[in-house]
Amino acid sequence: MSARDLHGPGAPWGGAEPGARSNSDFKVVGQPRPKVDGIAKATGAAVYTDDLTFPGMLHAKTLRSPHAHARIVRIDTSKARALKGVHAVLTGDSMPIKYGVIPWTPDENALAVDKVRFIGDPVAAVAAIDEDTANAALKLIEVEYELLHTYLDPFESLQRKEPQIHEDKKGGNISKSVQLEFGKVEEALAGAEVVVEDDYFFHGSTHAPIEPHCAVATYSADGVLTLWSATQITHYVHRALARVLELPAHRIRVIQPCLGGAFGGKSDPFSLEFCVSKLAMVTGRPVKMLWTREEVFYAHRGRHPMHLHYRSGVTKDGKLVGVDAKILIDGGSYSSFGLVTTYYSGQLLTGPYHFPTYRFDSTRVFTNKPPCGPKRGHGSVQPRFAFEVQLDQLAEKLALDPIEIRRRNFQGDFTRTVNGQRVTSNGFLQCLDEVESASRWKERRGKLGFGRGLGVAGSMYISGTNYPVYPNDMPQAGVQLKVDRSGLVTVFTGGNDIGQGSNSMCAYIVAEELGIPVERVRVVAADTDLCPVDLGAYSSRVTFMVGNATIDAARKLREKLVAAVAEKWECAPARVRLIEGLAIDLEDTARSMTSVEAFQLAETKFDTLGSTGSYNTPKLGGDYRGGTIGASPAYSFTAHVVDASVDVETGRITVHDVWVAHDCGRALNPMIVAGQMEGSAYMGLAEALFEEHDVNRFGLHRGPSLLDYRLPTSLDTPDFHARIVESIDPEGPYGAKEAGEGPLHPSLPALSNAVYDAVGIRLKHLPFTPAKVLAALREKRAAASVPQGVR
Amino acid sequence: MRRMAEYRLEVNGDSLDVSAPDHWTLLEVLRYRLALTGSKQGCDKGDCGACTVLVDGKPWLACLTLARSVVGRRITTIEGLLPAHRANGGSGADPVQAAFDRCGALQCGFCQPGMILSAKALLAKTPQPTRDEMREALSGNLCRCTGYTQIFEAIESAVASELGLKPAARAWGAPPVSCAARKDGGA
Repeated sequence: MSARDLHGPGAPWGGAEPGARSNSDFKVVGQPRPKVDGIAKATGAAVYTDDLTFPGMLHAKTLRSPHAHARIVRIDTSKARALKGVHAVLTGDSMPIKYGVIPWTPDENALAVDKVRFIGDPVAAVAAIDEDTANAALKLIEVEYELLHTYLDPFESLQRKEPQIHEDKKGGNISKSVQLEFGKVEEALAGAEVVVEDDYFFHGSTHAPIEPHCAVATYSADGVLTLWSATQITHYVHRALARVLELPAHRIRVIQPCLGGAFGGKSDPFSLEFCVSKLAMVTGRPVKMLWTREEVFYAHRGRHPMHLHYRSGVTKDGKLVGVDAKILIDGGSYSSFGLVTTYYSGQLLTGPYHFPTYRFDSTRVFTNKPPCGPKRGHGSVQPRFAFEVQLDQLAEKLALDPIEIRRRNFQGDFTRTVNGQRVTSNGFLQCLDEVESASRWKERRGKLGFGRGLGVAGSMYISGTNYPVYPNDMPQAGVQLKVDRSGLVTVFTGGNDIGQGSNSMCAYIVAEELGIPVERVRVVAADTDLCPVDLGAYSSRVTFMVGNATIDAARKLREKLVAAVAEKWECAPARVRLIEGLAIDLEDTARSMTSVEAFQLAETKFDTLGSTGSYNTPKLGGDYRGGTIGASPAYSFTAHVVDASVDVETGRITVHDVWVAHDCGRALNPMIVAGQMEGSAYMGLAEALFEEHDVNRFGLHRGPSLLDYRLPTSLDTPDFHARIVESIDPEGPYGAKEAGEGPLHPSLPALSNAVYDAVGIRLKHLPFTPAKVLAALREKRAAASVPQGVR
Repeated sequence: MRRMAEYRLEVNGDSLDVSAPDHWTLLEVLRYRLALTGSKQGCDKGDCGACTVLVDGKPWLACLTLARSVVGRRITTIEGLLPAHRANGGSGADPVQAAFDRCGALQCGFCQPGMILSAKALLAKTPQPTRDEMREALSGNLCRCTGYTQIFEAIESAVASELGLKPAARAWGAPPVSCAARKDGGA
């Protein structure tokens, strides 16, 4: 069911319409409240994948390639097999079928077949009685490699065709290339008052969830494979297992236990999920594999490094006339989500500003590095960084206030972007107003003295994507409700709660719709045997899609309850209201019954009580190839102001305060929304200042540990000031849109713009290390000391 | 071949006999021998703090501690807080655990057992810590979800309820900004 079918034209939450529901009309939604699993997590009772143990369980380990690009000439596992305590050894030939999260680009094997493509590529797996024995066995596996040319520079991959990293791929080492033009960009730029053209670089960064990847499998005597995995997309893992293991999907059950962070890093099917499954099938025993922190860095799928070239023009009033982008994307060694990344790098930039004309040319190439994939703000954080810095450069040329140029280009709500995306509610101007006043921008910007400054940036992001990863017309989200005679309602959802609180969101909605306390709702999630399909926690789709599916299911159940009560009271159903654990007669409020009685009446009248609900997006997107990629039923909007100082002696940047205003439609739980906004801003600043995921000249990871890859500690993290803006989307659940990814985007360009305000240098190459800051300051001083006539 | 060791650990007030390989860390013994899986492994080399337990009341990295080296010391894991609170006549969870739950400090929850124990140790030493003292005390516990703000707010909330005070206003406590109010919303 689509949101419009679900809510109808008279949805009970209009935006500005008279009679719209305000937050105070809700009993559950819109109020800060604990999460359904909060106390379990606080007391250590919550069960994560590595907390599972089974009788007779074996421990598995992976042998990884020490070479960045090599052919496997020979593997001898006989000594490893002979070691006491070893139960099975697998190599690539045991699982030769390729997979990939995008069905058009299956180029991964669970274990390397013939070739390795980066240092860390899995080559063999061992199951043994304990980790020590498995590790000892790895050392006994002999692999002979024939080394191949190693690609570490994406520009080389663009030019050089031989050797190919993926030999069966057409077009040398190019993973995906997209060129799209909307309107006539050259003509528009020719007529611009001011054009700025510049290069920007976005480095690689990784998710670094605190929980490493882990998977456990059992294979029952009657042939059912059960996999518990730290994944954020149960459904795609289910499909990939069926394909690679050549098992019918009905004999596979995938369960996601409590998940210790993901941020996109647990979206692909991973080698360990196939290995533990196959090892369990081979040995007939439960098998667990827990990756080390080092292995998590190799698995990566983090932010793609991008070389970005932008050329933008404005009128003398500061209105954009055209934007032209050329982007080279370093994909690392496998496709992963790369097809989507390549589209997203262009398609998601066309708001919150009106682009009259726009063109992008994005190419993703393979290199012999850990594979890149989706990290929070997939494919769109990099172009957003470049463009928002360029927008400040344009404002400077026109002597316009950076907030003012953003206001002047606002695209408006209920509009269509140049590339055909439908934008519904849009609270971007309110976001700008909020950060402007909260940061005291007008009084403080440019007046903080040399060394300290303020910077602004804006962004938009999708709330789910129109196009399912594999083509089908079935619902993108499904939910099932079951009622117990005690009054307990259980929600079954395929949605993956990865810490963002989606299970809580389902419980809030059911409680709201059925008028019962949240404590009477329990949620069973992400178990393919028990729960209807949901496509998983990616593209910020869960609140929007699973939320709508939950409303759909709850309303169907409510209809039954109301009908049963109305029949008992011999009144019209419209008189029955479910609220605060009761069914009451709106015209005779002395008449009421408890919700438990109402449930029992309905069970008596109808049947065993339950309902299903679903959600599917309406038809969206531009009418051209790739036009649906990036088409979302709703977009969120964000603005940041960053207050930062630069120490000109050391080059060190200190961020003092970050004001984050985010239009999430409606905050179903403002406390959780604020947590997402703060966590997003933290992660963006972490990438800007601290983190770099890179390899050395041999392709070896520079520092695969949480000491070398520097996550900001509580001492390094600035103060965040979250301000929630509600634009009440007509199609979101109660008007809600996403909050988990959008608020990351502006933090990096806002910081760069703050540094310019502070010391007059434009930082266009991430990360902003002290060395880069000092170099830019030197360059600025050198330019200033050259007498005018000499230049 | 590997050597086994036998010893007795004092964990959450219980004396527990352990038989484990002699090179096992306290974290391995807690998780895989005593089934106290609340203490988490995030890096296994002392970088992330997810394994933090209390040894004689002090925050301690269980992943860097040879289990045998803490024989005779008082070990507290996250599982020990609620029963201790109940034994002292309390209800619900430990006040710091309850505050973390109440304030949204728990997103994925994986760093939280360690974070909460570090916070407990801080509060035992400094009952009314400033933000700077909190930043210092929690700097060994990496959180990847929250940006730390709601963790600080949780500690402040725990302190406030201990003192019977109203906690300071939160960002999310203010009413959200409604777009209906701004009339020039459309372009």
